[in-house]
Formats: sequence, structure tokens, C-alpha cells
Amino acid sequence: MTNRYTTTAKGLHWLMAILLFGMLALGFYMQDLPLSPQKLQLYSWHKWAGVSAFLLVLVRLAWRVTHIPPALPASMPKLMQFAAHAGHFLLYALMLAIPLTGWLMSSAKGFQTVWFGVLPLPDLLDKNKELGDLLALVHKSLNLFFVAVIVGHVGAALKHHLIDKDDILTRMLPRH
Amino acid sequence: MKRLAFALALAAALPFAAQAAEFTQVQTDKSAITFGYQQMGVKMDGRFKKFAARLNFDPARPADAKATFDVDLASVDTGAPEADEEVAGKPWFNTKAFPTAQFVSGSVKALGGNRYEVAGKLTIKGKTQDIVVPATFTAQGNSGVFDGSFTIRRGDFSIGEGAWAKFDIVANDVLIKFRITAASK
Repeated sequence: MTNRYTTTAKGLHWLMAILLFGMLALGFYMQDLPLSPQKLQLYSWHKWAGVSAFLLVLVRLAWRVTHIPPALPASMPKLMQFAAHAGHFLLYALMLAIPLTGWLMSSAKGFQTVWFGVLPLPDLLDKNKELGDLLALVHKSLNLFFVAVIVGHVGAALKHHLIDKDDILTRMLPRH
Repeated sequence: MKRLAFALALAAALPFAAQAAEFTQVQTDKSAITFGYQQMGVKMDGRFKKFAARLNFDPARPADAKATFDVDLASVDTGAPEADEEVAGKPWFNTKAFPTAQFVSGSVKALGGNRYEVAGKLTIKGKTQDIVVPATFTAQGNSGVFDGSFTIRRGDFSIGEGAWAKFDIVANDVLIKFRITAASK
């Protein structure tokens, strides 16, 4: 059993990290803007990036299933190992659920998602104001939860590096 | 004998008279004026909730037909309250200065079948353009339905000025669709 992530797995991890940080920042920034051409543009970009992120997560999951990631250190207590797996499961679940709720919200609000302005995604829901507002709340709440889980993810990686002094953090770095 | 001939002539003329009804009473509750446009590749649509129409249309004499539409621009329904407010504002319709859009028909041509072509003048925001509107007419008992659509360029009427003047976010072409139900007198 190797102790290394594949280069592809690392690449996908950091690509998604950059993409998702950008999307979170954009998402929280754009929602309170007054209506303007810029706001409409940012919303379109956010949706395009969201569809892209969703597809990337699918690629990443497919890669993960076919390329088993390295095991956690045997020195880690069972409870901590469980917490680490649960945390990763949550990250993946949210990376799937958040773009899906964004897509459904767009449909319910009557703004179809058209990937890069070219490929229209089907509207799974009819326009419905109450449902649109509810899905907006769900989308936002899931994102706040996502931010909390990311903070936990980064905090845990730093704890491994600084306190446990194992290679959990460094093995995700390019030159490891 | 003369009387009989008169009665026969009258009887023969009656069905014709019934057919040659003139449609004049626009039923706004059974009519709709909607519009569609693209926003960064996304198809959007909306409608105008209030409009007034005057109409004289006799299928037997289409060339004499006349129509005037006054659309209350403040009644726009884009599907989002925030957008309704924006569109009523100065850069778009400027409804305070230009509350209505008006269409006045000029010549009407019968194209055969139930198809017609209505030339006329469309005035929005103080700007007038000559347009040609294709329409079909379907009689249903005492009422008839006009259906049609035509495309205008919002830039021709300065709809969307300033930051909105470019067409990269909100496209220039706007498709106007109508369904007008009118009853005969």
C-alpha cells in the first residue's frame, strides 16, 4: 500500500479548492448587489462555474473509486479515523448537493441555467416563487455548513502537520 | 310575388350577414401581450398585464381593418419584482415620462387563408418605428382570435440605456407575442 496520492488526485484537490473558494466568495458577494448588468453577469458566471464544479466532483469521485487514496496513519485513534472519513464524506456530499440545489433554485426562480451561455440544462422544476425562495435558503444554508466543514478540514490538516507531525498535510502537496 | 322575392333575397343574405361580422370588442381578459428575450444565452420571458385596444376587423374586408393598441408599460411583469422596478425606471421604459407604448395600424394585407400582414407604427419612449406584424385570425363563434409575433430591437427605442446599452448581457432582439380575442357586435 503506497502512502501517496496520485498526481491527478492532488491536481483535482487543489483545482477544486481554488474553484470552490472563488465560488463561495462570489456567491456571498453577488447576492446583495443591486440589479445591474454586472450582477447578471456574475450570476451567469457563478452558475457556469457551479455546473463545472459539479462535473469535476463526478470526475474526482470516479478517480477516487478507481484509485484508492492512501490510508490514514495507524497511530490515529479509531474515533479520529472515523471523524476523518465522516468529514470527507460530508465534503463530497455537499460538493454534490450544493450545485444541485443551485440548479433547482434557478429553475424555480425562472432563470434557466445555460452552461457557458450555450448548453441549456433542463429545468427540473417549474417556476414557483415560494419554492424558489425556499431553495435559495437551502442553497445558502448548505454553503454556510460547507464553510464550517472546510474550516474543520483545514484545521484538521494543520493539526496533523503542526501537532501530530505526520504527513497527512504534506502528502497532498505537489512534491511529496 | 315581389314580396316573396324580397323575402328570398333577405333569407339568402342573412347567413352572409352573419359571417361578415365585424370584430370590434377586444376582450382583454382573454388576450395577452408577452415578450421574450435572451440574457447571456438564457431565454427569458414576461408580459404586460394592462393594455387597451381598439379594433375594427371584418374578415370580408381586411383592407379596411384598423387597430390601435396602448400598452401600459408600468404593468410589465418580468417574473421578478426587482426587475419590474428596474425596467420601469429611466434607463429602460422611463414610465414616468412615457407611460404607454402605442401601436397604430396602417395598411392590412390578406396573405391568403387566415394569414394577414399588418403594417403600422410602433411608438415606445418617444421613438416611432415602422413595423410589419404578421398575424393569423381564427373565428370561434361570435369571437375571433388574432395570434402573431414580431421582433423589435430594444436599441431602436433606447430601451436599456447607460450600463444596459450594450447587448452582451441583455440581447437587442425582443420577440413580442400577442393573442387578442375580440367579439363581434
